[in-house]
Amino acid sequence: MLKKISNIGDCGITCDFGDEVNKNTNKEVIKLFNFIQDSVNKSKIKGILNYTPSYNKLIINFELGQIKSNEIIEFIKSSDYSKINLPEKNKIVEIPICYDEEFALDIKRLEQKTKLNFKEIVSKHLDTNFFVYMIGFVPGQPFLGDLSESLYHDRLDTPRIRINKGSVGIVEKFCTIYTFESPGGWNIIGRTPFELFNINKTNTSILSPGDTVKFKSISKKEFTLFKNE
Amino acid sequence: MNNYFKVLRPGINSTFQDLGRFGLQHLGIVASGCMDQLSFCNSNKLVDNKISEGALEFAYQGPLLEMNGENALVAISGKVNFNLIKKNGEIIKGKSNESFQISYGDKIDILSTINSVYGYFSIFGGFKIEEIKGSVSTLVKAKIGPNNGNKLKIDDKIFFRKSHQTNKLKKIEFDFDKDNVIRVMNGLQVHYFSKNSQDDFFSKEYKVTKLTDRMGMRLEGVKLENTVNKNIKSEGITKGSIQVPGDGQPIILLSDHPTIGGYPKIANVITADYDKLVQKTPGTIVKFKLVNLAVAENAFQDYVRKF
Repeated sequence: MLKKISNIGDCGITCDFGDEVNKNTNKEVIKLFNFIQDSVNKSKIKGILNYTPSYNKLIINFELGQIKSNEIIEFIKSSDYSKINLPEKNKIVEIPICYDEEFALDIKRLEQKTKLNFKEIVSKHLDTNFFVYMIGFVPGQPFLGDLSESLYHDRLDTPRIRINKGSVGIVEKFCTIYTFESPGGWNIIGRTPFELFNINKTNTSILSPGDTVKFKSISKKEFTLFKNE
Repeated sequence: MNNYFKVLRPGINSTFQDLGRFGLQHLGIVASGCMDQLSFCNSNKLVDNKISEGALEFAYQGPLLEMNGENALVAISGKVNFNLIKKNGEIIKGKSNESFQISYGDKIDILSTINSVYGYFSIFGGFKIEEIKGSVSTLVKAKIGPNNGNKLKIDDKIFFRKSHQTNKLKKIEFDFDKDNVIRVMNGLQVHYFSKNSQDDFFSKEYKVTKLTDRMGMRLEGVKLENTVNKNIKSEGITKGSIQVPGDGQPIILLSDHPTIGGYPKIANVITADYDKLVQKTPGTIVKFKLVNLAVAENAFQDYVRKF
């Protein structure tokens, strides 16, 4: 449920859905996100520049010369968006992952910490239907959940300076895929050759908030030969 | 096709920008766009372009460009020290915020911004640069934008559109707002900070540090005490948000900010004061004045009149 709407500076608002981070809360966020996106696309509201869902909030940025925050707040409050059935856009995406030791940098530590062996860790990861909570920080990077509780692990004490593009990492109940080479503190368990983000394609980001991700194990040879279609 | 500038020296951080790339933040793509909107728009007005036309933004030291092609009308906005070096070797001291003619073989040497950070270079008819998702803004970190998402580098060629001749020289009276008070509104997590720290932030002086770029401006000053939690659940970020990480020193998120972030935010810079803020050079002392939404919206009305 939408709990509260507050201003962020003079050209943003945040719609707060409560403190819980779980799929149900996030699905509510995504419902409002879909509604706002649809309203913008159909020109039902003007001046909206960006709409960014996260675990439990939706942030809306607007052009102050075009619209004011109270008009947007009124628009949201007066709409019965949670009852509007927008066409189902959310999809299931299969992402290949190679757990070869060259890529799975932190799996040995995870084995010690979780008392599970490599095979068990992999099968728990493969068995999960991951929900895309949000995308961001850098372009295309998805935040997926929920991991099996037996795999929960903290962030690295000292983040790595460089993590390769395509690396798949886990922290607490979340899993992420690095879409750019970057520093990072997640526990790396494998790598995907799948290109999730390409600014030059019409479909810039394969994943959208609300989608489902299922990983599929591939060998190192398949990794090398893999090409995005 | 042969109308271009050759880059003889790229400058420190020269990128193409416009007013921003919108509607993609939910996919992790920040709006980017010019840092100082008023100066950016001025550069286009000076050469009779539409104000949203892509221009070259430079920081501190700009590029040295050699003109190859037909005569053109150009302008440099901001407060910029530059020379026009004629083909015959004559050096003419440039005047920012005035348009001028440039001919084949001339060079423009953008030496430095004066007590400010950003300046803009525009050409009548516009640069011939590729629009990506509706914008020519460059996000270097993600290699998004014209010039393959890169900063200018030596020997690059910057093509511009063939345009009919014009001699309409223009001039804009312009100076930066010199006062160092930046108006802010309360941030979403202002209550995460002790009452004393809130008072400190909205009254004491903060220094702009060298760790400042298009992504963010790190400040140095009274340490802010977080009494609730040093992290929040990651949430969407707005340009001008002032976040405070565990070390208690604030960081203002600027045009190329990450799209989501997990640090509490004590305040947000109001739209009317953003241009003024980004032009503050490292070492400048700034103060933050707390205002409410009504004041911010009124200030915006005054701000747009400058355009």
